[in-house]
Amino acid sequence: MTVSEPVAMHMSDGLLNAPTSLLFVAVAVVGVGVALAKARGDLDDRTAPMAGLVAAFVFATQMLNFPVLPGVSGHLLGGALAAILVGPWVGALCVTIVLVVQSLFFADGGVTALGANVTNMALIGTAVGYLTAVALRGLAKRGKGGLALVSFLSALVNTVLASFGFVVEYAIGGAGGVSFGTVATAVLGVHVLIGIGEGLITAATVSAVAVARPDLVYLLRGVPQKLELKA
Amino acid sequence: MKRFFVWFALVSLVLAGAVSYFASSDPDGLDFVTEEHGIAEHAQDHPLADGPFADYALGGDDRFTGLAGVVGVVLTLAVAGGLFWLLRKRSPSAK
Repeated sequence: MTVSEPVAMHMSDGLLNAPTSLLFVAVAVVGVGVALAKARGDLDDRTAPMAGLVAAFVFATQMLNFPVLPGVSGHLLGGALAAILVGPWVGALCVTIVLVVQSLFFADGGVTALGANVTNMALIGTAVGYLTAVALRGLAKRGKGGLALVSFLSALVNTVLASFGFVVEYAIGGAGGVSFGTVATAVLGVHVLIGIGEGLITAATVSAVAVARPDLVYLLRGVPQKLELKA
Repeated sequence: MKRFFVWFALVSLVLAGAVSYFASSDPDGLDFVTEEHGIAEHAQDHPLADGPFADYALGGDDRFTGLAGVVGVVLTLAVAGGLFWLLRKRSPSAK
């Protein structure tokens, strides 16, 4: 009886009214435009293929819903993961491309809702995840444990604030008239749990890349890696 | 250098192509909350819900989730990799 297969933390069409959907299409277009303009500075012959692979990895990992409560699952959003590995501008583009592919080829996430979904997961999630990681960069540069912890925390913040994007959008023009407090409590509560899962996956992934190719971890640029990341 | 990229791609293909069969099919956090509070009943059918790979299946058949996942990984890699390759700064020696 449900309208769609439960697969992703993506809004369907119809949850937001048309003006609100359009407003966030505009927000998304501006944000992605800025990211496109800025991304070039972070892309070269070495990082461009890495960034493509990060997008593919985010797509794959978003398919893997993990249980968070009885009858409730969650999945990675990927903004913090992408930002730590390839930088915030390229990272935002990675998540945007994943969301567009999901919506247009897999009917996952509405089409008019794409603006809001990009705003939440690609723009807000990536930005706050990256800002958290930068704020804690000193810790991340100290070694493997620090990097894993910073990755975990960045991803947790990313998930919770991306879900708060939905709360705000729903308050502006959501269908059904459920109160702000009710939606905020329910959405944020469950996304703290999902954020813990996102944090664990992000920490494991960033750690694995840092062991194999520390030069490909954007957050660690400028760190004398051979010295600090061993042991 | 190349070897790492090959491994990274293989991991993504295995996750989407095989591990995806073990993913939870319970509603995710957002779907759960919107269903609980009667918001989801306002959801409209996806305009592309009848597409061949809709809902990560093949023609609605869940047994092909892995195939849909592999197609998605390859498609994402092609779109993202292509865009980033075009956007990249050309190294002075090349071209």
